Amino acid sequence: MRVALFITCVNDTLFPGTGQAVVKLLRRLGCEVDFPRAQTCCGQMHVNTGYPGEGTRLARRFVDVFAGYDAVVAPSGSCAAMVREQYPRLARAASAASLAGPPGGAASGRERASGRERASGWETAFEREVAEVAPKVHDLSEFLVDVLGVTDVGAYFPHRVTYHPTCHSLRGLHLGDRPARLLREVRGLELVPLSGAEECCGFGGTFAVKNPAVSAAMCADKVHNVMATGAEVLCAADNSCLMHIGGTLGRQRSGVRVVHLAEILAATEEDTPFPAGEATGGRAGGAR
Amino acid sequence: MSGTFLGMPAFPGNAAAAVHDSQLRFNLRKATRTIRGKRAAVVGELPDWEELRAAGKAIKDHTLRNLDRHLLRLEEAVTRAGGRVHWAADAAEANRIVAELVEATGETEVVKVKSMATQEIGLNEALAERGITAYETDLAELIVQLGDDLPSHILVPAIHRNRSEIREIFREKMGQWGRAAPGDLTDDPRALAEAARLHLRERFLSSKVAISGANFMIAETGTLVVLESEGNGRMCLTLPETLISVVGIEKLLPRWQDLEVFLQLLPRSSTGERMNPYTSTWTGAAEGQEFHLVLLDNGRTDVLADEVGRQALRCIRCSACLNVCPVYERVGGHAYGSVYPGPIGAILTPQLHGMTRATPASHGRGISELDASLPYASSLCGACFEACPVAIDIPEVLVHLRAKAPHPRSERLAMRAAGWVFDRPVRLARTQRLGGRLRRFVPGRLPGPGAAWTDTRDVPDIPAESFRDWWDRTEGGTR
Amino acid sequence: MNSRERILARIRTAVAGAPEVALVPARPPAAATGREVELFAERVADYRAVVHVAEPGKEGAVIAEALARRGARRVVVPGGLPREWERAVRDHPGCEVVTDDPPLSAAELDAVDGVVTGCAAGIAETGTIVLDAGPGQGRRVLTLMPDYHLCLVRAGQIAAGVPQAVAALDPARPLTWISGPSATSDIELDRVEGVHGPRTLEVIVIR
Repeated sequence: MRVALFITCVNDTLFPGTGQAVVKLLRRLGCEVDFPRAQTCCGQMHVNTGYPGEGTRLARRFVDVFAGYDAVVAPSGSCAAMVREQYPRLARAASAASLAGPPGGAASGRERASGRERASGWETAFEREVAEVAPKVHDLSEFLVDVLGVTDVGAYFPHRVTYHPTCHSLRGLHLGDRPARLLREVRGLELVPLSGAEECCGFGGTFAVKNPAVSAAMCADKVHNVMATGAEVLCAADNSCLMHIGGTLGRQRSGVRVVHLAEILAATEEDTPFPAGEATGGRAGGAR
Repeated sequence: MSGTFLGMPAFPGNAAAAVHDSQLRFNLRKATRTIRGKRAAVVGELPDWEELRAAGKAIKDHTLRNLDRHLLRLEEAVTRAGGRVHWAADAAEANRIVAELVEATGETEVVKVKSMATQEIGLNEALAERGITAYETDLAELIVQLGDDLPSHILVPAIHRNRSEIREIFREKMGQWGRAAPGDLTDDPRALAEAARLHLRERFLSSKVAISGANFMIAETGTLVVLESEGNGRMCLTLPETLISVVGIEKLLPRWQDLEVFLQLLPRSSTGERMNPYTSTWTGAAEGQEFHLVLLDNGRTDVLADEVGRQALRCIRCSACLNVCPVYERVGGHAYGSVYPGPIGAILTPQLHGMTRATPASHGRGISELDASLPYASSLCGACFEACPVAIDIPEVLVHLRAKAPHPRSERLAMRAAGWVFDRPVRLARTQRLGGRLRRFVPGRLPGPGAAWTDTRDVPDIPAESFRDWWDRTEGGTR
Repeated sequence: MNSRERILARIRTAVAGAPEVALVPARPPAAATGREVELFAERVADYRAVVHVAEPGKEGAVIAEALARRGARRVVVPGGLPREWERAVRDHPGCEVVTDDPPLSAAELDAVDGVVTGCAAGIAETGTIVLDAGPGQGRRVLTLMPDYHLCLVRAGQIAAGVPQAVAALDPARPLTWISGPSATSDIELDRVEGVHGPRTLEVIVIR
């Protein structure tokens, strides 16, 4: 199966270890992994902050880049949900705008110059491309469980782990218990339940800086629940939420590490053991 | 209610202040968690909940699409049954109509059933200016009115108050408005409810005019429907000689039978009960009463004109979205600066006031800073959409309104710069390499807007090499 | 242009071009389960109302016992109450029967101890009683002012769920749906029974 890795801009820039873990894991499971170099960002930050013009431009790039693959895998529930849930809306809005008259912010200068009739045909093509590509985009755990049909991925991670289902993987993609099923098969791993797991950690993209007081209050409760589990590691399917929770855990010198699901699933007996008892909430090095 | 939401600062400031009020946080947490559990239990009891939810959505969407036709049917049916129908384009007109109707009876006091529409238009204040006193009779509204406070929840306007605070308000203020609270009043909710019963009983017996809202209006039959718990609604709807109902034009259902869907959705979503204690329905002038229906627009037709935003008009004011919202739970209702707080308020208030232009409802001022900040008062976690009994995709509308909201210049520039970087992979790669080179110089506490992040969180370590550079260097990890 | 015309015009402009949304057919009511009486009694009791199930013809004794337990001295009976029920109230020793003919004032009703009525429908699923101000139920205020309401429900009146009840009721009549005694959740979202409506609801289901 020819699989494209949609790394996401956050992982590409800040958490390359997560991408490396996905590559290692998928190859171990027999997939041919490609990394289309032309990819940049899905546009979620722009769209969710109120800049659909830029977001739509990035969505067009995304469907161009990822058309033609059997499957697109992202180590991010949030970015996968962006493509699957919001792209169809963006495409519809772009079509409506182009049909309604002079294209607004959704179309670039060149498109505008191409004339209304051609633009509208082009917009409809965009909707078709989205309809074609979006359903093939999967979050990692979804791809493993639903597409490859595996839950035991041959991983070894001898630690006490708790799992935070991020909002977009829970309520956007409806991942359900897929991540937990994968984690339960990891050798040596003890999965402990997180109370209030389904409550938002307070990241919310630019929400974290636009409403810092509320965001911090939400995170304080999440951190409290994480610490109460006694877990060494907090795992999730989104590094952005983990950056927020991990940043707070780190500031509080909690000793709890945050590790992306992909890095746990990629880890085997050959990996350098996780340094024990290091009092930092920063990024884990385990699978890197 | 003599407080006012007018002129409040933007949401982030209000929220930051509220977050530090530990009593408020405790009250809200306790109350919202109680109701969440109850709702989940009674919703789980119905195997056809999702079907009901879909039916509720479809009925409301049909009604909104054909609102003109159904309003005319309603008008005809109410008139045929002996009621009088009035149309109010905005708050000022609705207030004037109600005041004139009350003045025509010669009364200077009215009793009120809890109603969001009359709060929205500031009816009590408008009546007071014309020498008419409006007495709130719902327990929570009474607490708000006596406490000279503002409502903070759709269903339970005094949710921010706990029992001992309520006891203090009753002891201090009841005497100024009517029968005083007993001297030995405890903070037992039973005792507090009893004090309200005694305080309001003489008011009910003497009032000649009542003002209500309605949860639903049936176009086919001209029937109005009010759901309540305490019996104050029944008192107001049956005892006075004149009844005036102020109802938003979106509260319509086409057919009598449609009520079954909403009588199942609303109580379970709102108080977490199989059914609320009392529901009253009446058609026109019931049992010899004089009945007036004031149909209120006040910005609703503006909301209707927005293809994405119009779904907010499906709202049946159950407040399930408030009760599950992590933001609401931590800041309470006042921070939203509107009678409609929480997630639904964040999409309804700015739309009712007009997102892009000065409307009569915004007093010609254009969008206020507070209204512009409301679509951002959410982490987009989606809990509200999941709980909504009429499937309003609140996150979708929030994102849609963010695109219409005015943006600060610095943010516009930052977003444009980010867009420029993401437009070409080579620009992204160069930016990543620059970051990698500067990684050792990133301080633990960032200045300026970055402080919003680093006040409570560490900055992640910037890696020396991005993923794409690693892929190139190692040929996809094969070298 | 008056406000009526303005609002209608604004609506028409707002929805112009929007796709039509078909009105879903009313949902078919669920079939009767045969367990309606038991479920109804159980669900009414969940609201902390007092519930009795009586065999047909035996309800008079249950009425008398209930009034005696309550210690009711002055009881309102609406016009059209079945003769045997009214007789049970009249026969209750020391009980004065008050009728609503001529109509009682709210203050007079406030001074009585209780009211005995029938109903228009019951709903098993939600434990709800519906009054439609018909014979044996009286004006709405009759079941509102007294602090004690004793309501009789015949098995045949109990619908399985809300859809069946809505279909059977007449919207032209003023309806009062009652689910347990008056209550409030306004203090810390904790339910407390008893505010303005009757604080005690007692129900006799006639099998």
